[in-house]
Amino acid sequence: MRRLDRKHTAGTRWFHWVNFPLLSVMIASGMMIYWAYDPYRIGLSRFTLFHFFPDWFYTATHVEHKLALGMAIHFAFAWLFALNGIAYVSYTLISGEWRELVPDRKSFSEAVQVAMHDAGFKVPLPPQGRYNAAQRITYSAIVLMGGLSLITGLGIYKPAQLNWLTAVLGGYEWARFEHFWLTMGYVAFFVVHIAQVIRAGWPNFRSMVSGYDVSGAEAHHAD
Amino acid sequence: MPTKTPGSIAPDAELRRRTRRGFVAIGVGAAAAIAGWEWLTSGSADDGDIPPHLRSILNFNERVVRGAVYDNSHLVKTYPASAVGNIKANGDIGLDDEVEDSDWRLQLVELGSDRPAAALDLDAVRSLPRHEEIIDFKCVEGWSTVTQFAGARFSDFTAKFAPGSAKAQDVAMATPDGSYYVGLDMPSAMHPQTLLAWEMNGAPLTDEHGAPLRLVIPVKYGIKNIKRIGRIAYVNGRPGDYWAERGYDWYAGL
Repeated sequence: MRRLDRKHTAGTRWFHWVNFPLLSVMIASGMMIYWAYDPYRIGLSRFTLFHFFPDWFYTATHVEHKLALGMAIHFAFAWLFALNGIAYVSYTLISGEWRELVPDRKSFSEAVQVAMHDAGFKVPLPPQGRYNAAQRITYSAIVLMGGLSLITGLGIYKPAQLNWLTAVLGGYEWARFEHFWLTMGYVAFFVVHIAQVIRAGWPNFRSMVSGYDVSGAEAHHAD
Repeated sequence: MPTKTPGSIAPDAELRRRTRRGFVAIGVGAAAAIAGWEWLTSGSADDGDIPPHLRSILNFNERVVRGAVYDNSHLVKTYPASAVGNIKANGDIGLDDEVEDSDWRLQLVELGSDRPAAALDLDAVRSLPRHEEIIDFKCVEGWSTVTQFAGARFSDFTAKFAPGSAKAQDVAMATPDGSYYVGLDMPSAMHPQTLLAWEMNGAPLTDEHGAPLRLVIPVKYGIKNIKRIGRIAYVNGRPGDYWAERGYDWYAGL
């Protein structure tokens, strides 16, 4: 018996595909802002392993000398990014979908099994619902990070009017530091996410577009 | 949530239909997003300025902030003297000419007038109560340096030298040669931490930091903290602003 299984609700797909370009615009305009003062690096004392970012990177991405434009774009799209994020969180809470997304007590130990399995070790996969344990942790963390980006962003945007918020974040410079590394977190997530989507194959990707997948004896694919 | 369908063809056909529909929706959404982006970045702007619709959004943000968040009782954080850093001199527009403190005069234009009512010398400004503050000076570029300033509150200055102008909506300030100029909203100018400063880090202002008198307005980015003020005019309606004309937010409030 062939049957159609619902994988993702229209709400989930809608928020997912709207968030992708919004976050991209926020990162690109954020780069235009960061370029004007780019102090962060990986290194120790006077030794720098990697400077965020090398000149060739700025040149290749065309973000140089665009501070004013970057700020204007950033503070315009921040509205849309925030509204989409707030709408998404409200949606998952009201629909009850948060239950399938938020990690439970078993998720952290199971996530290790999932990660080892995906890394090629012969470890059996634990039983899973819509999302496996690693996905639950990662996707929940990304939503949480989105909220933190909004909060740290406000702490940088209005450090005088919202001085209590900036203080909670550890001060102006810490807020900027946190805002930056949250963004690097999205970039790292994006790389892993794309790799996993490619690995999972077409039916998985299709389910984020159509919302459905088919299963049954004559299925053309096997997960 | 399985949807049981009799037969084996229907589910596959249904999935194809739904996939097609999904891609069409994404295509329509992408087209709408591109059209929205084209709209946002369309329209002619002066050389170096941002597109007009983006400017409108910055102005909208300003109205939100001024209406819902800004308050003159919100003070910026102050620091102990041990936190003071070494601030760099980041802008030199309007500082070309040599100015002796004794030669310097401040032209004061009151509300409703278009010519200076007074030309104040430095002693007149220094006769006002002295206020000192150690604040984190924030450049629009993203860096900030804790710096000590001392001078007179702009609100005290207004009360003494232009009391009839206290109801103005905005203030315009310019360097003596007019090459650098800022526009300020009156509430920010009247903020208790806004100073006409003559001292920085315990010493008289140096030329590169705006001697003999500069503005310190810690509720704004550094671009609004004009050095070497030569003219102050109280006006209604946004005065021109050097960096706003080059793409930055006119309000530039923190």
